Amino acid sequence: VTADLIFYLLALLTIVPAFWVVLSRNIVHAGFALLFTLFGVAGLYAWLGADFIAVTQLMVYIGGVLVLILFTVMMTRVPQTGRRNRGLDRVVPATVICLAVLALLWKVISGTEWASKGLGEVQPTTAEIGVKFMTDYIFPFEFVSLVLLAAMIGAAILIREGRANGEEEAEPGRDADPELGEDQEVQS
Amino acid sequence: MTVGLTHFLFIGAVLFSLGLFAVMMRRNAVGILMGVELMLNASNINFVAFSRYVEHGINGQIMSAFIIVLAAAEAAVALAIVLALFRNFGTANADTVQSLKR
Repeated sequence: VTADLIFYLLALLTIVPAFWVVLSRNIVHAGFALLFTLFGVAGLYAWLGADFIAVTQLMVYIGGVLVLILFTVMMTRVPQTGRRNRGLDRVVPATVICLAVLALLWKVISGTEWASKGLGEVQPTTAEIGVKFMTDYIFPFEFVSLVLLAAMIGAAILIREGRANGEEEAEPGRDADPELGEDQEVQS
Repeated sequence: MTVGLTHFLFIGAVLFSLGLFAVMMRRNAVGILMGVELMLNASNINFVAFSRYVEHGINGQIMSAFIIVLAAAEAAVALAIVLALFRNFGTANADTVQSLKR
């Protein structure tokens, strides 16, 4: 019973901030709500006995991806002036599509006889995962490290300051309004 | 009601739908990326839950480890693209960035 209670608390910790991530007008609030969602997901992994994955989730998502997201949010903020198009015209189709996807998934989940064997006993997984990475999954493991290297080089090239031909960089926030930026673009 | 496999699958379904909603509704490119992260987490929950309830092994956990690594790589490249967009266009708004060069 205690385990079930912990599960429901973790589920709440995952789902409720996820609504906030999606619905919040303020992108910084959404980023901080994402922190709680990722933490709840890590808790669910721990509940399922996946200790290595839970710690990886904490280190990679919360320690890496979330910090990157918050940095980018804060570096790309433009003071909001004038009218804001809040995208209200997209609310209805987006809601319909999402509810349809949810209903379809729920129909599949509840209508299938899953071959669930119940919970086995919990044992530490780290050593076994390490052995599998070095034996059965050696090729995907090496391939993923290649992907990481490519992503690192690509990210560094994308955000490097200045172009090779000495072209002037645009001032950040200069032409936030596309109509105003139109005639400046002709000169460059 | 004891917690079973369907509980986790339902959490995954809700997270996936919310991520899809964020991808469709957000105007900020970083907000779209947050939606993608939610969807990846939903798939990860499914992998771990299946490996615990159905397979009783760790192959599903290894898949989710790969997904976490690829999500980190994807986030790094996507955020670099957002920063480059911001430097060139002065905005991170996915709707107003419509041309390939400034």
